[in-house]
Amino acid sequence: MLSTAIIVFREILEAALIVGVVMAASRGVPRRGVAVATGMGGGVLGAVVVAVFAGEIADAVAGAGQEIFNACVLLVAVAMLGWHNVWMKTHGREIARHMADVGIAVRGGSRPVRALGVVVGAAVLREGSETVLFLYGIAASAGGGMAEMLAGGLLGLAGGVALGVAMYRGLLKIPPRHLFAVTSALILLMAAGMASQAAAFLVAADLLPPLGSQLWDTTFLLDPGSLLGRTAHTLIGYDARPAGVQMLVFVLTLAVIGLSMRAAGGKPPVRVQPAL
Amino acid sequence: MRIAVFTAAATLALLAMPPAQAADPTFTVVIKDHMFEPARIEVPAGQKIQLIVKNMDTTAEEFDSPELKREKVIAAGKEATIYLGPLKPGTYRFVGEYHGATAKGELVAK
Repeated sequence: MLSTAIIVFREILEAALIVGVVMAASRGVPRRGVAVATGMGGGVLGAVVVAVFAGEIADAVAGAGQEIFNACVLLVAVAMLGWHNVWMKTHGREIARHMADVGIAVRGGSRPVRALGVVVGAAVLREGSETVLFLYGIAASAGGGMAEMLAGGLLGLAGGVALGVAMYRGLLKIPPRHLFAVTSALILLMAAGMASQAAAFLVAADLLPPLGSQLWDTTFLLDPGSLLGRTAHTLIGYDARPAGVQMLVFVLTLAVIGLSMRAAGGKPPVRVQPAL
Repeated sequence: MRIAVFTAAATLALLAMPPAQAADPTFTVVIKDHMFEPARIEVPAGQKIQLIVKNMDTTAEEFDSPELKREKVIAAGKEATIYLGPLKPGTYRFVGEYHGATAKGELVAK
């Protein structure tokens, strides 16, 4: 049962951390809970569908369908994270100023929060389908597999939720004035890391040249399979054995989103009338 | 909704790309009773290869190798092609993540 819990925890860790960061980054935005919950629900539904059709997806494109699908889901999340960051650059100050007041309507505030909902959905979809397949395997195995699946699955899920909550609480310890600067930086790194991971999937699908299949190996410093290694992978795109093309994509993503944020930050913030 | 359309379009665009060359040397490993057979595969170093993993079990397995930088789910009764290399000479371990206690193997590049 414990081994089941550990594998479930490992699979959902990334999604849990992403939800924690997204909730902190959208603090003060109205109806963010709805967007994030919708993303999660959609992600779970999608994960079940992907798990059911895992064989068909994998068989597509000379057996590279799974890698291509994962890369696409990651790239959608990168686009959404980038858009959120650029939007926050113009509207974030307003939200931070009004954070103390409850029920302030921030004009257009629901659009980027929906983008974050998509990010959450993409994360749950990717990690969730593997969890579903794994749990199905346990349940299908002979000898009380169902009970073990439920117990292990719930324990692993509880661990994941606890980690996501800890991430959220930790980020909220940051004073509101600096919160969005920190979450923006985190989201920027997260987006670059996801883009680099998408590049790794496209290398695995033989669609991108690796440009040096392994630039270095830092496994001895930080094992990518450890809790800390996986956390660093999600939050800052840590990869113990990066390929050249991953570094290139990481830097390019940082540059494109970073420069767009700088350009957006130059504009005066949109004036928002407090709702009466 | 628009996002779903975008995802579908991006997937289709990538699906339309030419598939990988089939000329690279091919090696096959079978998963049965949550074990790899053979558990040790010798492959040439310094060139691209394809590893075909056939899952003969009735449940899915995830081929996982941090050393090869590959993670791939193989559905029950299906086979998957893993594009590798050019590899440096050495030993690369891999496991079936869903049954890590028994599903272990290594790829030796020479």
